Amino acid sequence: MEVPILKQSKYLIASIQSALTDADLSQLREALIARVGRYRARGVIVDVTALDVMDSFAVRTLRDVAHMARLRGAETVIVGIQPEVAFAMVQLGLTLKGVATALDLEEGLAFLDQRARERVDHAS
Amino acid sequence: MSLKEVVNVPAQIIARHLQSKGDAAALLSELVAHLRESRTQLREEWARRITLTKLLTAMSEDEIFAEATSVYDNYVEALETGTFQALQAYARNLSERIIPRGVETHEVVGIVLLLRDVLARSLFAKYHEDFTQLNRILDAYEPAANRIANTVAVGFVQERERIILQQQEAIRELSTPVLQVRERLLILPIIGVIDPHRARQLTEQLLRAIRTNRAKVVVIDITGVAAMDSNVANHLVQTVEASRLLGATVIVTGLSPEIAQTLVTIGVDLSEMATVGDLQGGIEEAERLLGYKVVPLAEHATQA
Repeated sequence: MEVPILKQSKYLIASIQSALTDADLSQLREALIARVGRYRARGVIVDVTALDVMDSFAVRTLRDVAHMARLRGAETVIVGIQPEVAFAMVQLGLTLKGVATALDLEEGLAFLDQRARERVDHAS
Repeated sequence: MSLKEVVNVPAQIIARHLQSKGDAAALLSELVAHLRESRTQLREEWARRITLTKLLTAMSEDEIFAEATSVYDNYVEALETGTFQALQAYARNLSERIIPRGVETHEVVGIVLLLRDVLARSLFAKYHEDFTQLNRILDAYEPAANRIANTVAVGFVQERERIILQQQEAIRELSTPVLQVRERLLILPIIGVIDPHRARQLTEQLLRAIRTNRAKVVVIDITGVAAMDSNVANHLVQTVEASRLLGATVIVTGLSPEIAQTLVTIGVDLSEMATVGDLQGGIEEAERLLGYKVVPLAEHATQA
């Protein structure tokens, strides 16, 4: 199943709607990285609210997306991790180190705006 | 030793054994009769010795005397009937009454042993002329007396353990509250011992609260935690990481010097964790993260 990727001003939003196979995840990664360049995006939001399981491959893929997007000039934030999923991930040692997380889409957008402002402040 | 004597010894033993079987009941009833007869005197002697040895300091002399009387009667009854249910029930009942007043195990064991000594002495005094009879009386008395001492002590300890279990249950039932002190700021004060079961419950509660309150910052205050081992510390780290996955920053406050030392000694990696000295500092830091600035009203007025 292909994950729709929406463009909202300078941000890309990928909202995962159902459980994904490893192939789907890889495809999502390719698509996101390609579009960061095409749309000159400054931020990527991956919404995982609908996922009630996150395995190691999913976590690694999301981390890779974040690191690759950063290399292409975009900040990534993962939003909507469920409490139970978070607890299970931590117990498995899958902690998404170095990747920004937020409660939901709204928070994710606020976080990216904040980051953009910080960058402007930094420049001026 | 002559051959005759050698042959005779087993015969004597058997005879004594047979006799003692039949005698035991008679001896015991003789004993009980003696104890009933000298009840007032022995009871007073016992109470006097309890006060003398400074046992049961939590109770007044009158109380000691009243309890001594009923213990004495129960004691004699247990000797007479050879059944311990009534005594057990009495011991439990007595323990229930005196444990809240701070009576210690050594005191209870001490007074029961004192009674045994007082009674034994009275037997020595009564039978000092007839050594064989004294021996036989003591043979009947000692096992029963020891069993009584045992029953009372075990009853007391069991009652104590029951109370301790009850209290543990009560402590476990005290849930750990997750409090919202400001928009998007939660406080989780942890008090008492954290065992794996409680740690898990705590984490689940916190994660759910983060979601429902849309919290951005959580202050976990562990001032009330006396000790921490590597398991608990690792669980704390997991809680911090799980909260981060939900987009909340966790600040841990109130690590005591002892805990800090333990954690460093056992080498738990807390580098990922934001820690602040006390709860006030933690809340100030949290406000800073949320973009609040708390100023006195007067200062606020002059600024505006």
